[in-house]
Amino acid sequence: MNLNHIITEIENNDPEFLQKVDTRRESIKSFNRFVGKVTLAALPLALGGLFKKANGQSTSGILDVLNYALTLEYLEAAFYQKGNAVADSLIPTAAARQAIGTIGAHETAHVNFLKTAITASGGTPVTSPTFDFTAGGTFADVFTNYNTFLAVAQTFEDTGVRAYKGQAGALISNNDVLTAALNIHSVEARHASHIRQMRKAAGFGDVKPWITGKESGIGAVVQASYNGEEITNQAGIEIVNIGGFPISANAASESFDEPLTMMEVLNIVKPFIK
Amino acid sequence: MTIRTSTEKQPVSRRNFLGLTAGFAAVATIAACSKDDNDMPSSGSGIDLGSGDVGILNYAYALEQLEAAFYKQVIDTPYSGITASEKALLTDIRDHELAHREFFKKALGNKAIPGLEVNFSSIQFNDRASVLGTAKAFEDLGVSAYNGAGKLIMSPDYLLLAGKIVSVEARHAAYIRDLISNGSFADNTVLDANGLEISKSPTEVLMAASSFLKSKINASNLPTS
Repeated sequence: MNLNHIITEIENNDPEFLQKVDTRRESIKSFNRFVGKVTLAALPLALGGLFKKANGQSTSGILDVLNYALTLEYLEAAFYQKGNAVADSLIPTAAARQAIGTIGAHETAHVNFLKTAITASGGTPVTSPTFDFTAGGTFADVFTNYNTFLAVAQTFEDTGVRAYKGQAGALISNNDVLTAALNIHSVEARHASHIRQMRKAAGFGDVKPWITGKESGIGAVVQASYNGEEITNQAGIEIVNIGGFPISANAASESFDEPLTMMEVLNIVKPFIK
Repeated sequence: MTIRTSTEKQPVSRRNFLGLTAGFAAVATIAACSKDDNDMPSSGSGIDLGSGDVGILNYAYALEQLEAAFYKQVIDTPYSGITASEKALLTDIRDHELAHREFFKKALGNKAIPGLEVNFSSIQFNDRASVLGTAKAFEDLGVSAYNGAGKLIMSPDYLLLAGKIVSVEARHAAYIRDLISNGSFADNTVLDANGLEISKSPTEVLMAASSFLKSKINASNLPTS
């Protein structure tokens, strides 16, 4: 991708960007009124900013979406870095260690790519939050228990897929950024598929490479990342038994992945941010 | 093998789904005429995918027809040594591709291209390596096709639908690749140095797909940007 092109594209396609930011200030005010300042004040600055912007998602600028994506990639990259640092004690097989190493390298590459893209577009990359991968103790043994580690990995990957999908429409005016986001989105899905196979092979969860219904194979603690995946109707067309073919509800739900809004994703990742 | 489609009356919900397209297609047709089609096949022969978003949906429909026909054959005549797990998950994939194909057919209604005639003469369906190698090619191609087509879609609704499908194709691709060689789910034959998937234009994709199709596809009216 030509980064200079992105700059031009944003200038050409989004001349109202500053105006949109002003409009969003209004939504931030009302957001603060309804949610209360205490909640937002408790969040780190970068994430708080994203929460505010998510409230005005209909006018989210492209740079906001890129910084949102960067935040999620920071989360994933830091997670695998920590896992890889203790791989010898955490991950039982050489093949699994190699796979986690590969996935971690991709996430770090995504971080670097997005930082470069944001800077080249005239924006400022958000700084990385400090993470708590135990999510306040929910996953206390995340870096000592392989089962817990893969459960968190699967949740992050499946959530990442849904997060990128949820932003496609916001990027439709910019071909380069949209294509880059799509090209990251499918890589996250490849990761999700592999992590799911690892969990199945290790006997940790009866999961397939794809998402069946809204099942996580993990438990209620990650349910927010899977709610909504169970739908079988797409754009008013029922997929179950479509065309007279015996397509089950499970297959119908598996055959389409569903998006999450920025707000839904930020609520999911909030417990992982100090 | 020939996949037949039938024309059928469109229920109201479907008409609503295409309502946006009807108006859009009229505009897009005019726009497409003024576009530089130099990187599209110059031949005006073959099955015309159409223009605008309808053209892109037909493009996706064509690829889903190819995948659905392939996996139908894979499940009808399983390769020797297929395991229960492989059979179960390849059956899932068959059903997903079938669902995708039928979804596009219904969504497109009377704008849908006809059923395509496939050419699988190069595939040994009794041989695991031949089947999985073809599956890998189809899945990787499908992902790169949807990724490359995203920017050509005008409607946010269709863009989201393409997004809902492409991640499932990517899940398939990773699974098939891991069946062939565990750990190859996202290697540098499909990713660039930034860890981004390498997308492909309709011209590149249709060229790759053409050896598996008896039907000729005319993509010359597709949008190019």
